[in-house]
Amino acid sequence: MARPSPKALRGLLVPLAALALWQLLSAKGILNAHVLPSPGAVLERWWTYLRPGEAFDPSQMSKLRWMLSGELPQDAFASLYRVLAGFLLGGGLALPVGLAMGYSRFLHGLLDPLVQVLRPIPPIAYIPLAILWFGLGNPPAIFLISLGAFFPVLMNTMAGVQHVDGIYLRVARNLGAGRMATFLRVILPAATPYILAGARIGMGTAFIVVIVSEMIAVNNGLGFRILEAREYMWSDKIIAGMFTIGLLGLGIDTLMSLLTKRLLRWHRGLES
Amino acid sequence: MSAPAQIQVRNVHKVFSTGGAEVVALKGIDLDIHPGEFLCLLGPSGCGKSTLLNAVAGFSLPTTGEILVDGRPVTAPGPDRGMVFQEYALFPWMTVEQNVAFGLQIKKRPRAEIRDTVQGLLRMLHLEEFRARFPKDLSGGMRQRVAIARVLALDSQILLMDEPFGALDALTRRTLQDELLRIWSELKKTILFVTHSLEESIYLADRIVLMTYRPGTLKRDVTVDLPRPRDAASPEFNAMKKELGGLLMEEQNRHAQAEFTGTAVD
Ligand SMILES: Nc1ncnc2c1ncn2[C@@H]1O[C@H](COP(=O)(O)OP(=O)(O)O)[C@@H](O)[C@H]1O
Ligand SMILES: [Mg+2]
Repeated sequence: MARPSPKALRGLLVPLAALALWQLLSAKGILNAHVLPSPGAVLERWWTYLRPGEAFDPSQMSKLRWMLSGELPQDAFASLYRVLAGFLLGGGLALPVGLAMGYSRFLHGLLDPLVQVLRPIPPIAYIPLAILWFGLGNPPAIFLISLGAFFPVLMNTMAGVQHVDGIYLRVARNLGAGRMATFLRVILPAATPYILAGARIGMGTAFIVVIVSEMIAVNNGLGFRILEAREYMWSDKIIAGMFTIGLLGLGIDTLMSLLTKRLLRWHRGLES
Repeated sequence: MSAPAQIQVRNVHKVFSTGGAEVVALKGIDLDIHPGEFLCLLGPSGCGKSTLLNAVAGFSLPTTGEILVDGRPVTAPGPDRGMVFQEYALFPWMTVEQNVAFGLQIKKRPRAEIRDTVQGLLRMLHLEEFRARFPKDLSGGMRQRVAIARVLALDSQILLMDEPFGALDALTRRTLQDELLRIWSELKKTILFVTHSLEESIYLADRIVLMTYRPGTLKRDVTVDLPRPRDAASPEFNAMKKELGGLLMEEQNRHAQAEFTGTAVD
């Protein structure tokens, strides 16, 4: 990527135009600064939010730690930690359950009715119970996030196993593979495109839920911060926080997509 | 031939019931296939060729009757009867090399042996430079070479092939037919080869078994004693084509008739 391609430039066109329009409307005084502050004001607030609060003191901490000691990096870490913990917990449970339900008709028949009833309940609806069960702090937040990640991973893993083309199973049997080898070397890899798609959706859900859960259960993190800014009517900080969330989400999704491309090098659907 | 048959098909019937209707796919099939024989099952589509092959492979057992391989009844699929499918059925998540090695890994052969065998097979099928590729990056002909190498790795005496070259263009098909003949004569396999192409069956087979359409029975069992390599343009080849062509056409017409009246279900 030596120089941005025309395609990438085209992608920047609309955001830049929107920014210019926003700036223009603010400068002309058409937009009330309390309702929607100018891009400049947001940027300035973003910088304050990002910057370390105290002067650098080498005896206290390393340069890197100092640079990341600002409010925004700390909030971002806190949110990211919750997302990852919740995702790993929820997705990590969903994977074996989904594999088992996809593989065994018996287990599917046993568990599917319960799954179908629980699945449509949005994690948000668990907030009261989460607080009742886990109090405040990280535990209820991580619980809610893991719920959000659980079902997409579960449903996709299950579908992935169920949709393995029968011919691969026949080939495996013909080549002498037993149940275990067929499962590990045929069913599991055949299901990975579905599983990874589920993981990506699960990660997206985790990201939504972390913001909501931070608004109710904890006192740091990006979700908490934009709610706190609302108390003070700092709309510039609210918007700075929102953009941070957007960029972080984009970053995570890009990483997931790279991982998917790497793991699915063999997959026909990825040719382009 | 006086050697005991390697594959014995004894009065095999196969009935499929789909939504109340019953289709008699195979009716009273008796067939002996001898070690080292190259036998082509020939017939129009829907006459039960795959059904018979799948019964020998153990994927779908006969409704009545039995099939013996080396004297033992077939009850399940197994690596003693390697199968090559028309749709290649390579594992897309494995490279060429990994696909070929799969059967040996299942058998838990020592690493060095697997490496050597795979190397030898890749060379035999001219796949060496493609060893690290995934199937999606191979042509149809190359894929079928990999599928053949994969079953050869099993080192089974019997090779089952269900229209393996049916999806290939004419030129590639001829190349692969020649390679298969070379492998067959080198390795002395017993091959049960399904095709609906008369030309292909005369080009390849020691013996052609022509099947009837609905119910599937054996219509004619002919020995092809033309010298190899065979010349598809020779008068002998064409005489044979004419003789069998008429018989095949009768069954083809019954198939067309069934399609016309809407009773064909294939
Ligand atoms: N699983 C099945 N269920 C119902 N009918 C089947 C099934 N498999 C094959 N048949 C029927 O049996 C007949 C023989 O099929 P098949 O062996 O696939 O023919 P061929 O391979 O000669 O084209 C066809 O009429 C087909 O519709
Ligand atoms: Mg067939």
